[in-house]
Amino acid sequence: MDISVAPSSSQNPWLRTLLHSDATRRLLAFAALIILIIFFSLRSEAFLRYNNVVGILLATSVNGILALGVTFVIITGGIDLSIGTVMAFSAVMSAVFLTEWNVPLALGVLGGIGTGALAGLINGIIISRMRVPPFIATLGMMYVAKGLALIFSDLRPIYFYEAPQFREISMGSVVGRFIPEYDIPNAVLILFGAAIIASILLSRTVFGRYTFALGSNEEATRLSGVNVKTWKTAVYMICGAFAGLGGVVMAARLNSAQPALGQGYELDAIAAVVIGGTSLSGGEGSIMGTIIGAFVMSVLTNGLRIMSVPQEWQIVVTGAILVLAVYLDIIRRRA
Amino acid sequence: MSAAMEPILQVENLVKRFGGLTAVDHVSLAVYPGEVVGLVGDNGAGKSTLIKMVSGVYQPNEGAIYFAGRPVNISRPSDARDMGIETIYQDLALAGNLDASANIFLGRERKKSWLGGIVRTLDEKLMIDESRTLMEHLDVKIPTMQAKIDNLSGGQRQAVAIARALYWHAKLMIMDEPTNNLGVVEQGKVLDLIRRLRSQNVPVILISHTMHDVFAVTDRIVVMHRGRKVAEKRTAETSHEEIVQYMVGAKDDSRAAAD
Repeated sequence: MDISVAPSSSQNPWLRTLLHSDATRRLLAFAALIILIIFFSLRSEAFLRYNNVVGILLATSVNGILALGVTFVIITGGIDLSIGTVMAFSAVMSAVFLTEWNVPLALGVLGGIGTGALAGLINGIIISRMRVPPFIATLGMMYVAKGLALIFSDLRPIYFYEAPQFREISMGSVVGRFIPEYDIPNAVLILFGAAIIASILLSRTVFGRYTFALGSNEEATRLSGVNVKTWKTAVYMICGAFAGLGGVVMAARLNSAQPALGQGYELDAIAAVVIGGTSLSGGEGSIMGTIIGAFVMSVLTNGLRIMSVPQEWQIVVTGAILVLAVYLDIIRRRA
Repeated sequence: MSAAMEPILQVENLVKRFGGLTAVDHVSLAVYPGEVVGLVGDNGAGKSTLIKMVSGVYQPNEGAIYFAGRPVNISRPSDARDMGIETIYQDLALAGNLDASANIFLGRERKKSWLGGIVRTLDEKLMIDESRTLMEHLDVKIPTMQAKIDNLSGGQRQAVAIARALYWHAKLMIMDEPTNNLGVVEQGKVLDLIRRLRSQNVPVILISHTMHDVFAVTDRIVVMHRGRKVAEKRTAETSHEEIVQYMVGAKDDSRAAAD
């Protein structure tokens, strides 16, 4: 019919390879983030002010940490719906250890992370050994962790008055001690530190290699002599540990463990991972993408708020952006 | 084969049942050093099931496996690989989202140690260099070792699967339909490779539907029909027609022997 259409890029192997490369996919997500930042800074001079930028960074920290962990799970082709309430449960346990058992600060933090890792370990065993689908297994854990958070906290928030240094984990500023005019909260450093660790794990270790292999072709991975069950369990355990870390950071930020806060966080984290270009069908994804995805979400929320867009509309826009991001990725892949 | 020579692989009365179906029914087989054994039969004859018991995918319900003269229990694919049994599966068993080098080393990655061995990372450079050498040796061109398997042609994928098996200096090579996805030139290369393995004294079990390939490279042909071994012939002493008769069940040596 129309012979003037642009030649399909499939006739151009060079362009095809470029479009399909991981670098391009990361670049596109990054470009989207930059465009958002430029757009909001043109609309409001308040957007790029120091205090607002720190606000965005801080707002990204918890969601970003959760998203880092679930990136591994999603790359294996799985899903973890429990990270939100496991985060809350870990925060509660951290508080119980610190305020009731009066353990040293470091142990309280490790206890929180360990609680998350334990929940993840149980998820992993149920999924890989008992062959319960990840959606169901982690949906179950979502309820279990929510219930346990309420039980261990006696249905009330636990405040860290007896552990005054706890708040410093998130709200203190190591940077500010050296450069007082840049008092970036520690929560932001923890996010970037966690991202660096996650990135090394995913792209430089056997653990990361098998994470991709599991999502790419689980049977081939098994035939290659990889102990698929053990490594898959480890992936869920790592995801749980990140949720535990998220719980500690969250609790320190609020200076309290809020047992009822958590449900819904898993979906925000999954949205960040997906916006960052990690495919829900498994086998591809990156830590850099997830971090960009988490920032796209918080920049969007913050920018719309500064533009005085009502909160209910912010949520609508976030949903639309999520679907748009995935749609653009599908177009890119078809090209 | 001289009687004095010890078989590399010997299986005795292997049985594998799936529910009510007996996929492999009391099959015995021996493979000697430097020998290429063709394993043929119609779809569902039990060839793949038989070799999957040797490569650790399935556990036999009955029977014994001997490797290099010793009884062995192959309960996982890694057990077989550790013994030196390499298998190229019909569907190639490659991870499509990983690159050629990652696939060649999948399950046996080379690592670098940091901080006195506390942290171990992948030695990507070593694995890529080794993979490149290996592919050049096989005379197969791949754009880059970092190209994902999904972006390679059928022949290139096959070459990666073969390279993966070759790298580890197998003591026994099992190939399930290795020429399936290939063009004529590439088919010739695979057959040359099988001959080269034989000259290096590495035995090969070749499963194939292509009679031409089977007659071109094998020393012996084992025919299976409905889970049973119905014939074992020296390649030089049989013909396409005779093998086909065994494959379709028109002839059956096992039954003749039992009578």
